Amino acid sequence: MVRSPALRRFLHHPWVLGVLGLLTVFVMWFLATSSGMVDKLFLPGPGAVWLAGSDQFQQGILVKDAIASIQRVFLGFVISAGLALPIGIAMGTNRTICYLLEPLMGLIRYMPAPAFIPLLIIYFGLEELPKVMLIFIGTFFFNTLMIMDAVKFVPSELVETALTLGGRGLPILTRVVAPFIAPQVLDTYRINMASAWNLVIVAELVAANEGLGKRISLAQRFLRTDEIFVGLIVIGLIGLIIDLGFRFLMRRACSWAN
Amino acid sequence: MHLQVSNVSKSFGEGRDCKLVLENISFELVSGQFMALVGSSGSGKSTVMRLIAGLERPSEGTIHLDGERVQRPGSDRGMVFQKYSLYPWLTAAQNVAFGLSLQGRDKAEIRERTAYFLDVVGLADAARLLPRELSGGMQQRVAIARALATEPKVLLLDEPFGALDLQIRESMQEFLHDLWKTTGLTALLITHDIEEALLLAGTVHIMAPRPGRIVHTVAVQLDRSDLRHLRVSQPFLELREELASRLRSLDGSLL
Repeated sequence: MVRSPALRRFLHHPWVLGVLGLLTVFVMWFLATSSGMVDKLFLPGPGAVWLAGSDQFQQGILVKDAIASIQRVFLGFVISAGLALPIGIAMGTNRTICYLLEPLMGLIRYMPAPAFIPLLIIYFGLEELPKVMLIFIGTFFFNTLMIMDAVKFVPSELVETALTLGGRGLPILTRVVAPFIAPQVLDTYRINMASAWNLVIVAELVAANEGLGKRISLAQRFLRTDEIFVGLIVIGLIGLIIDLGFRFLMRRACSWAN
Repeated sequence: MHLQVSNVSKSFGEGRDCKLVLENISFELVSGQFMALVGSSGSGKSTVMRLIAGLERPSEGTIHLDGERVQRPGSDRGMVFQKYSLYPWLTAAQNVAFGLSLQGRDKAEIRERTAYFLDVVGLADAARLLPRELSGGMQQRVAIARALATEPKVLLLDEPFGALDLQIRESMQEFLHDLWKTTGLTALLITHDIEEALLLAGTVHIMAPRPGRIVHTVAVQLDRSDLRHLRVSQPFLELREELASRLRSLDGSLL
């Protein structure tokens, strides 16, 4: 249909296609709400959502909520990622440690993290700790097992070459295993960061004074669907930025793997 | 330099699953010698190399290097693998420097030796390139430079050109021959290619499979002044055919 090759190339560019997909949904949203086909109470229009958002922003609630949620996610995830790295490497390199821990982790991994919320509240109350712990529980086992797998796929030739060059012990780990798995580790973190965001919202829906999830559950109580949409969009945007950040880091730090 | 492999046997597994891979292997390798082990797959030739490198331990027999028993890998036995030979995140120069920096040599020495050995393999211009930017042949030359940089007593080459195209393979064989002539290195080459072994090695051991054992040894006396000519010369072709028929008869006896 499109004759001009230049136009065709432009239309097939991944960025153009991506924006096109977003725009389509936005236009459909706009048309559905402005035509009056849908009750505004159920589906507020883009304008109403924008107003609710800027209102929250001016009151300072939006930034406060976002910071509260981001803090929980980062604290829980940093602990999870920091512990998963050495334990995952240990499991990937040492058979005894692997046999000891893999069944245990494989079991806990399949327990849904939100099901731990009641226990966490009983143990740690309603403050920050149970929310951070939830994120830790929900991501630690995935992080560890995925890092372990990355270590197991280090080609034996790379390790053996280092051995025949006079290397042994820790330098093999830091100078052969660590650089080789770095891209997969970053990718593991990027993927599991998404579950960390899911979990922080779940935790805040149950019990919190502030946070993006808390705001959504408050909005539900007052039937403020516009504020629910604000919360959803902001959560999506923060997630997207984190995801792009990891991709950027991967391109910069591991250019050899692309 | 004196490498002595004495009555070495190797089996993998235990009890009923125990499988004899090598049976009673013995040979000696001295300074400046270029030796090749030729055999089909399953002849255990790579296992011989791994035993000498110290990556595996013999089930029976001993391996001595200059009177000292080989117990573990060490930089006195440099090794070049067929695949995954380079660290993909390091440049060519950093790959060559890798062993030196593992040994904690000082920076100036590392820089000097890296430049020297990159030059020896003819890749001074490629110092800053990543492995993925190098051709297969160039990658193997970097791997050889890296193995040589730590000054091993013997260079162990495990099918180093096995993954290369025929043409590149031939030029790499000429490269290795020139390198051997100019540096006087001692080398043990594992290959399934009789031609490669005859072109490069002074002594060729033919190995038979199941269990792996040396069945025939040839002292190759050919005029190596021009390898390209040698490849098509009558004595070379006759010797090649003789060894090829020996290898074929080994396979035949298994059917």
